[in-house]
Amino acid sequence: MLAQPGIKRARNAVSGVFTSIYDLIISLLDLIFGTTQRIIGVRGMPYVFVLPNLLIFGIFILFPMLLNFVYAFTGGSSFSPFDRPWAGTVNFDRLLACENYLEPRTCGEDLFWRAVYNTIGYVVFQVALMVLLSLITALILNRNIKARGFFRSVFFYPVLLSPIVVALIWKWILQENGLLNGILTGLGYDKIPFLVNAQWARLLVILISVWAFMGFYTLILLAGLQSIPADLYEAAAIDGANPWQSFSKITMPLLMPTMVVVLVLSLIRAVQVFDIVFAFTGGGPGTATLYIVQYIYSYGFSSPNKQFGLAAAASLLMAGALVILTLVQLIARREEN
Amino acid sequence: MKLNKLFIPLLLVAVLLSACGTTPTPAPTATKAPVPTAVPTAVPTEVPTAVPTDVPTAIPTDEPTAVPTAEPVELRFTYYADGVEADIIRPLIDKFMAENPNITVILDVVPYKTIDEQLPVQVESGQGPDLARITNFGAYRGKLLDLRPLLADSASYEANFPAPILEALGYGGYPDTLTVTGPYVNKTLFDQAGVALPGEGTTWQEWTELTKQVAEATGVQYAIAIDRTGHRFAGPAMSMGATLIDAEGNFTVDTPGFRAFAEIVKSWHDEEITPKEVWLGAEPVNSCIAAFKSAQLVMCMSGSWQINGIAKDVGDAFDWVVVPNPTGDGGSTGIAGGSAVVAFAGTQHPAEVAKLVEFLIQEENYREFSAGTLSLPAHTAVATNGVEFKTDNPLVLAALSAYTAEVPKLTDQAVSLNVHPYAFAYYRNSANRIAQYLSGELTLDEMLVNLQDDIDKAIAEAQK
Repeated sequence: MLAQPGIKRARNAVSGVFTSIYDLIISLLDLIFGTTQRIIGVRGMPYVFVLPNLLIFGIFILFPMLLNFVYAFTGGSSFSPFDRPWAGTVNFDRLLACENYLEPRTCGEDLFWRAVYNTIGYVVFQVALMVLLSLITALILNRNIKARGFFRSVFFYPVLLSPIVVALIWKWILQENGLLNGILTGLGYDKIPFLVNAQWARLLVILISVWAFMGFYTLILLAGLQSIPADLYEAAAIDGANPWQSFSKITMPLLMPTMVVVLVLSLIRAVQVFDIVFAFTGGGPGTATLYIVQYIYSYGFSSPNKQFGLAAAASLLMAGALVILTLVQLIARREEN
Repeated sequence: MKLNKLFIPLLLVAVLLSACGTTPTPAPTATKAPVPTAVPTAVPTEVPTAVPTDVPTAIPTDEPTAVPTAEPVELRFTYYADGVEADIIRPLIDKFMAENPNITVILDVVPYKTIDEQLPVQVESGQGPDLARITNFGAYRGKLLDLRPLLADSASYEANFPAPILEALGYGGYPDTLTVTGPYVNKTLFDQAGVALPGEGTTWQEWTELTKQVAEATGVQYAIAIDRTGHRFAGPAMSMGATLIDAEGNFTVDTPGFRAFAEIVKSWHDEEITPKEVWLGAEPVNSCIAAFKSAQLVMCMSGSWQINGIAKDVGDAFDWVVVPNPTGDGGSTGIAGGSAVVAFAGTQHPAEVAKLVEFLIQEENYREFSAGTLSLPAHTAVATNGVEFKTDNPLVLAALSAYTAEVPKLTDQAVSLNVHPYAFAYYRNSANRIAQYLSGELTLDEMLVNLQDDIDKAIAEAQK
């Protein structure tokens, strides 16, 4: 009881200190922004508030992007843009010089074209499989099944893992002396060269990336499915529609905007595939799983044989392809609307 | 009213800032340098006590009384280790810091990949360390600190290391190890199979047949393999007659010797007697030594830097030996190589960096490093006076002796490859292109054409 006045006094003192600090901060902000507003006027204030974000965007995105152009049009092995001689379109010419574009071995930079064709193959199969499996999973998880919450978590869980972790886990399972081959040999079967056979490696890269990222797209589609009013299905059922008719006439048309989002996102992500494949196969065997971003990485960063100009030119070509793909999809969506 | 409100908090902040403020921080030497009592009293007499007059005045003198007045200096030393190198150099650096309390050396031990991929960019962008341990001697042309004017005894420095290496380094460092490539063989498996180990003069074809016999007889998974790198590949190719580097220093890959060895390695893959993950797996530089250590492989073509790791990991699980490099039309040669400690021109403390280098190349310190790391010395005086390697393991001593015997057999091009200014253009490109050939993506002819093209383009780009 006797201690209470002391505690109260201490509490008041602490409170006073915090109040003073708070007042100080507010006063400082008032001083800064008040002065700024007096100088540039009210109309200029929104720019002041977006300035921090603009700075971050400018330094970490816009500036490197512009720098990429400098590297793409200059040559030499110097990292400093100031020490690089002007090369014009030489880097692009090197990348695009081909006797027959359908045959990478006839191209000057055959690895670039191998990477391009590998990426196209990967994108086509991975995106198709990803969208299809995500849709099927979302449809199943949208039904009133037992332990629905548990299964939603199960499918989403791989998304939480780092792609490198995913790649390493699967590498340990599938490498020559890995878990799966251990089981196979234990059962008396021959080992399967999962990682050193080109066909197996290509297939597994697709399957593993689908496994790793499917949960994310499933979640988006699930949200799309749940936004479809239930009374539409009830009305269709009363009219005698069978499940397929409900799916094709109600679900798919109403889900289409969400599908386009999933398609755009998965397409962009597939073109940019790198980390999971780099850790899983390293682009091999040979160049069987060498994709365009790894090609850029190897010339720009990893190899002692660095050719920044070539890497920058390849990245600009890839950016151009991504812009075209996105525009095509946006135009298609607009026409559909 | 508003001003009054502002005044009190501002006063509070002023008091807080003055409390946090400007008290001089104690010199780091007091905590970072090792305890002076640990320093042998004999050491200072062996360190040059007189600073030459042509050395910049910023160099701290070796006199202990002068040390406290010197400005504290921090040197960053980026270091990679294949085995115990970091453990051996750390006490040497501690000893150096004890002798030079104003200099703190921060040893950043990093994976080799960091040295290979990130260090060149760091140095190029001006963010490099003061010193580093590297293997790519030609990668830092023009970016290393010419140590000669800074060293107290430059003549000894130049006399004790091979001139081609110092020239390749631009006199910006010293080779801390000399390595030679060569094959390791699992002797226990040979004994179990009842196959006698062949000696000098055996060809790669003969080794292939013998190791196949041993693998079949003992039920071991793989017979023979070679590290995935153009460096290891070059030795056997040269032994089979490849002239990889001509008299003018140009690279030529399409030679009968290079073709012949590429075909041999391809046959290993086709016959499935080699671990395919070495050349076709995920790692850009991959060694067969892991399969060898786990006794899944009879013969692994790697190099002398693996001795420590093999001794440590294999223990007494099986007996292993280093055998002479197989012979062919071009003789029997491994590839000389090694690592070097280099100083970067961008350092803010050239005098202190030179002082550290001078300390590390002193005969007794260099010998201690070679003895502890079980590495072949590139230091003439150390090699001449001999190294008492710190091991009782007869297998290790035999391996060191076997590698030492390989040194005189090295051909000129085998010595010049690693110090070639454009060796980088050959190394990684050759590994990648050969892997394409081994996986069946390219024919041998296509591989050679593409590889030559890669090398020529990389050199042309680097020369711009």
